[in-house]
Amino acid sequence: MSAHTPRTPRPGGDIVLSARDITKTYGSTRALRGVDFDIRAGSVTTLFGENGAGKSTLMKILSGVVTPSSGHVELDGKRVEFTSSTDARARGISIIHQELSLAPNLSVRDNIFMGRELRGPGGGVDFAEETRQAQRLMAELGQDIDPGALVETLRLGQQQIVEIARALSVDSRILIMDEPTSALSASEVDVLFRVIDDLTRRGVAIVYISHHLEEALHVTDHAVVLRDGAMTARAPAAEIDLEWIVRHMVGDHYDLGSPPTGYEFGPVVLEFDALGVVDPARGAARLVDRLSLSVRAGEIVCLYGLMGAGRTELLECAAGRVPAASGRVLLEGRDITSLTIAERIASGLALVPEDRQRDGLVQTMTVGRNLSLASIRSFVERTLLSDRRERAIVDAAIADVRIKTAGGEAMIGALSGGNQQKVVIGKMLATHPRAIVLDEPSRGIDIGAKAEVFRILAQRAREGMAVIYSTSEVAECFAVAHRIVVLRRGRISAEFGPDASRDDIMAASGEAVLTEPTPPMVTDGSPVTC
Amino acid sequence: MLTATVARQSGAIRRPELGRILLEGRAFFALIVIIATFAMLSPYYLTLSNLMTMSSHVAIFGLLALGMLLVVLDGGIDLSVGSTLGFCGVVAGFLMQGVSLKAFGVILYPPVWAVAVLCLALGGLIGLVNGVLVSRFKVPAFVATLGVMYMVRGCALLMTNGLTYNDLGGNAALGNTGFDWLGFNRIAGVPVGVVVFAAVAVATALVLSRAPFGRWLYAAGGNERAAELSGVPVKRVKVSVYVVSGVCAALAGLILSSQLTSAGPTAGTTYELTAIAAVVVGGAALTGGRGNVRGTLLGAFVIGFLSDGLVIIGISSYWQTVFTGAVIVLAVMLNAVQYRRRPARAA
Repeated sequence: MSAHTPRTPRPGGDIVLSARDITKTYGSTRALRGVDFDIRAGSVTTLFGENGAGKSTLMKILSGVVTPSSGHVELDGKRVEFTSSTDARARGISIIHQELSLAPNLSVRDNIFMGRELRGPGGGVDFAEETRQAQRLMAELGQDIDPGALVETLRLGQQQIVEIARALSVDSRILIMDEPTSALSASEVDVLFRVIDDLTRRGVAIVYISHHLEEALHVTDHAVVLRDGAMTARAPAAEIDLEWIVRHMVGDHYDLGSPPTGYEFGPVVLEFDALGVVDPARGAARLVDRLSLSVRAGEIVCLYGLMGAGRTELLECAAGRVPAASGRVLLEGRDITSLTIAERIASGLALVPEDRQRDGLVQTMTVGRNLSLASIRSFVERTLLSDRRERAIVDAAIADVRIKTAGGEAMIGALSGGNQQKVVIGKMLATHPRAIVLDEPSRGIDIGAKAEVFRILAQRAREGMAVIYSTSEVAECFAVAHRIVVLRRGRISAEFGPDASRDDIMAASGEAVLTEPTPPMVTDGSPVTC
Repeated sequence: MLTATVARQSGAIRRPELGRILLEGRAFFALIVIIATFAMLSPYYLTLSNLMTMSSHVAIFGLLALGMLLVVLDGGIDLSVGSTLGFCGVVAGFLMQGVSLKAFGVILYPPVWAVAVLCLALGGLIGLVNGVLVSRFKVPAFVATLGVMYMVRGCALLMTNGLTYNDLGGNAALGNTGFDWLGFNRIAGVPVGVVVFAAVAVATALVLSRAPFGRWLYAAGGNERAAELSGVPVKRVKVSVYVVSGVCAALAGLILSSQLTSAGPTAGTTYELTAIAAVVVGGAALTGGRGNVRGTLLGAFVIGFLSDGLVIIGISSYWQTVFTGAVIVLAVMLNAVQYRRRPARAA
């Protein structure tokens, strides 16, 4: 990881793109409020902020994907209004999303020129010229990638390079990268950073968004912090450190509750015994590596770890979504490893999945029907559903988790993100579980809703439920957890009490210590060009 | 029962405005317009006897459409129902001719009820094959049921060598008469086929709105992953809808061959497309999770009454095809408008 040595700051040129007093509202939620943001030529501007802070909304506005409710964007000092992302791209602004937008079944060349194929004399595609230009781009990036190779045969890091090449092929002067390193191996991150260095030297302005704070700190020239849709701080890289970022990200008055006290924990409710999960796509690669953990009645355990640490896999394995490759899951001493999801719910284990849109909600159903979905069997009367009993369950759930809605008849899409999350939680709580596992329950919801979610967890724990929640925000480890368990590469790397320090937790997760060697993830033997 | 469901659902909190009423009730208004137009063009159209005749036509693909609705709600599609209809009709014809068991030197003449039960079981079995292919072997529904469609049609042709069973009357001496009951008899003036269709529709509506299975189906069709994580047996639901669809097709096959007093191996060709059309005209989304029995019934009647009306006023059957196609395209366009404006209620 030689790239992580201190480097000379880039001088930075003129402001090329800026946001002026941008406000964006979605329905009743304000995603951005009065944000000013400058991007300078030849330097890297990093945007810090928690999930839901408004980073991606701001980037969507700067790249023409959405239009601001008020305020405007200036390009080279002149006010502009982008009609679409294509329009923004034509003016030299490209965005590389966290989920790559490549067609895996096409070649590198075809992806680079997708949608603006070069025409030959006969009106057909001039493949030869495209190949030449693609080769030139790869050479500029110092990458040895064959333009004829199919994208699906490339490693993730190389695919990222292809995205960058595509952005450069339209002469982008401004390149926005949203979490570019989240799926990369350490050596691929090095390559990316070298490419970024190279790009800035050529005068390209880069906006960089990452949850890897230390990594982002290394690459940045200007730091900007967003919190709850407002800009809370900005400073040149030389003046800031990790502590500065975290302080401005989470704020001084950051109260997500405290661990419930004043009672004794009961017996062990949920227990993982040497549980292992393997990656079906990669054969023997262990996502969860013989992990053992037990949670007692009334106890709240927080799972902290970076992306890919195995949190989601562990919790989904507990709930029965992914099979256990080894080990057992025990609920109140009973082995439930071989039960189906429905049977696990019936025996008292509930999962609140990470992605509420994909795994949590049925968009075609009402709030009430979503809430009652997991407990349908409890309101069946003589083989038919009882409206009366269902309404009782729904009304109780709405009151219990405090969902702001016009009633059970409202469509689920009409709710805010935080209330939708409460619907998912309320749905699983309505099954009266003995233990509940929540995968990133605070993801993408505003701070008030976060506090409410944690309040619900604390209350349930007090009533004797065993609770596990995972998070990727260090601050949320301290919300209501009695115990903080740090995962790293599928194993428990450390356990802390609620009085642990941020630095300890981040160090244990591998977030803050980038100098430590990372095991090679290159699987096909061909080294990444360095 | 159906009207009760309608009333309960439209009693939502918001006050509906005219545009939305027209949009949401479009299949109903289309049916009114069709009936009114043809009633003006032909004095015969709006007579009771014609309405009964048209309804028994509707009953055939209406039954297919009800089965199809369940499959479509689950986000699938069943292209094999037309073939299943034909095959079950042929099998019924075959059984009515008597099954000769050479080994025992006897010819078995199963009674009509046994023929019916065997055919329904056969339809269910074909549906089971579809369901297992789709849910267990993850074959895309379109492809799986397309393959089964060809195979089943081929079996029907093989069984009869391409010929048609013309004698389904049975023999009083053999105790297997009465096959024509389904197609010709009336209960209180209503053709038996229509009565069966109505009964299946009511049962389906009841299951969809009042039974746990219906709720599971809407959830699995709306978001299979979320449904599974909520404890819905999504695989079982998936297999079940194809089985029901197969049984519905077999039932339609019995009624059709009884109406025609013959069973041909090509009966029901392209009926699957008419059934899909009825479901879609009735406002169901092919992506799953949206649609209901009321809409599908309206869709079936719109298509049936339109094409029969065109026949009655003497318009070429080629034009019927054009009109039917136009209705389908228009309906799907309006579906897109409705679902874009706001998410529809599920049931």
